[in-house]
Amino acid sequence: MARTVSYPLLVSGLVVALCAALAGSMMVGPAAAGTFELFNLFARGDGDVAWMIVREIRLPRTILAAMIGFTLGLTGAALQGFLRNPLADPGVVGVSSTSALGAVLAIYTGLSAMFALALPVMAIAGGLVCVVLLQWLAGRGGVLTLVLAGVAISSLAGALTSLALNLSPNPFAAVEIIFWLLGSVTDRSMDHVALAAPFMVFGWALIAWSARSLDALTLGEDSAASLGVNLARVRWMIVLGAAVGVGAATAVAGVIGFVGLVVPHILRPYVGHRPSRLLLASGLGGALLLVAADIFVRLVMVGAELRLGVVTALIGAPFFLSLVLRARAELEA
Amino acid sequence: MKLESRHITVELGGWKIVDDVSLQVAPGELVGLIGPNGAGKSTLMRAMLGLRERAGGEVLLDGRDLFSMTGPERARAVSFLPQDRRVEWRLRARDVVMLGRYPHQSGLGGATAKDHAAVDRALEQVEATYLVDRPVQVLSGGERTRVLLARALAVEAPVMMADEPTTALDPLHQLQVMEILRGLADAGRGVLVVLHDLSLAARFMDRLVLMNMGRAICDGAPVDVLSDERLAEVYRVRALRGEADGRTWLLPWESLPRA
Repeated sequence: MARTVSYPLLVSGLVVALCAALAGSMMVGPAAAGTFELFNLFARGDGDVAWMIVREIRLPRTILAAMIGFTLGLTGAALQGFLRNPLADPGVVGVSSTSALGAVLAIYTGLSAMFALALPVMAIAGGLVCVVLLQWLAGRGGVLTLVLAGVAISSLAGALTSLALNLSPNPFAAVEIIFWLLGSVTDRSMDHVALAAPFMVFGWALIAWSARSLDALTLGEDSAASLGVNLARVRWMIVLGAAVGVGAATAVAGVIGFVGLVVPHILRPYVGHRPSRLLLASGLGGALLLVAADIFVRLVMVGAELRLGVVTALIGAPFFLSLVLRARAELEA
Repeated sequence: MKLESRHITVELGGWKIVDDVSLQVAPGELVGLIGPNGAGKSTLMRAMLGLRERAGGEVLLDGRDLFSMTGPERARAVSFLPQDRRVEWRLRARDVVMLGRYPHQSGLGGATAKDHAAVDRALEQVEATYLVDRPVQVLSGGERTRVLLARALAVEAPVMMADEPTTALDPLHQLQVMEILRGLADAGRGVLVVLHDLSLAARFMDRLVLMNMGRAICDGAPVDVLSDERLAEVYRVRALRGEADGRTWLLPWESLPRA
């Protein structure tokens, strides 16, 4: 109960840890290429080569890992606060699946081979299609309708993704699709950053705008409305913010799960359970987790490079199990 | 401020669940909205707050249309204590009460000294100052109701509406909640309360509006509204009554056979 740290202290702690992780991510290379080869390059006087590696290879993946982590953490916290359900995550509204479907279609049709940015563009389009569908299916209903619509859209997108795999023209396309779905920020360029960043920042802004309303929603919809919260507006700001942000994240990095679910859970007690304060903390925590996980995949070589989405799931699922065990212990106590 | 609802009608699937109800709450008045289950009391209150779509009618605050105001403006004028006492996260009691200041705050500016003062006053009014650091989840029913009442008080609105504020409370807390609402009216606020407990209604209210099957069938002093004939007709009960401290008390005593 007394686990509340002062909010400024928590945020500065997370910022310091994130800065350290960012610096680490710039310095650490893939194990196969010599983890600390960068320093040797500088020592040998190959400064230009070293800078090129940092600028062209490590900077984009570091920025993307941080921004995507921030988006997933923030969105997870916002959706949990809005739906007042600790199990909500960006997947709930269906946007991860539709973005993934958009990307898979780009690979399946060969568009991505013709023009590199076709994949992220189609993935973002997939996310936007999800928003339109949600508006159409659940535009006037309550929270339950929204969740049901999200589940339905997810299932449909998942089924169509499987269909694309099933019908894929050759094994290489299928392998490409599967690897892309596993999620990664390896070999991304500044073009990817430039494409995804505006959407993610727009998503952050929409969610930040509704932060205070999430606190009021703690007392239920009637109380919140009687306090002057415009429920319909808050709902669409959060859904649109989540869809645009997570759609853009999925567009450049594939499906990266569990960050949006686990990070808000860990940080919630430290912000006094206040949904508005959880947003920033959770965003920073998500960025920290993803940058650290991306360093981890470079350091650990098990034949092939581990995919980021695989690592977050490997961290996330056991954590989730521990939550279940703790919840059961509380019930039995 | 004087709250006035005119000809409020609410429909559900073709049925008028609130049918052309008009009522007024003047400053300094504690008005009870009573009636059997399904009479439409809560629905009327929610419609008056704009929480539920109306098929007709208007709500005026000192003659001004309540629904032409912005959300925060309306929230500063009328506070509401709903029947639902859930608090979703393990918020501290003080943070819950601070939510009452929501319509007074804007953007990223945090709580001001004025907000903190209002929260302190509200907590004192309900004698819950000692609870501030506890998570609401660990509070008893009575403590939780008092904290949520403090949340509504912290708005410091001239008009307050409460939907069954005494349900599931022990007698001490029922009386405390009613005394707080009474004190609010005595301090010049207008208070409208949905009540099921006829004894509390007779004991504390200035005026009662009796609803049955969506209609307001009677509006007046508790002694007049709660006559034997009306209790038999609307509630199908017989009540005992007597005098104490210059007021009439009333106790529902036995159910009556269907007429």
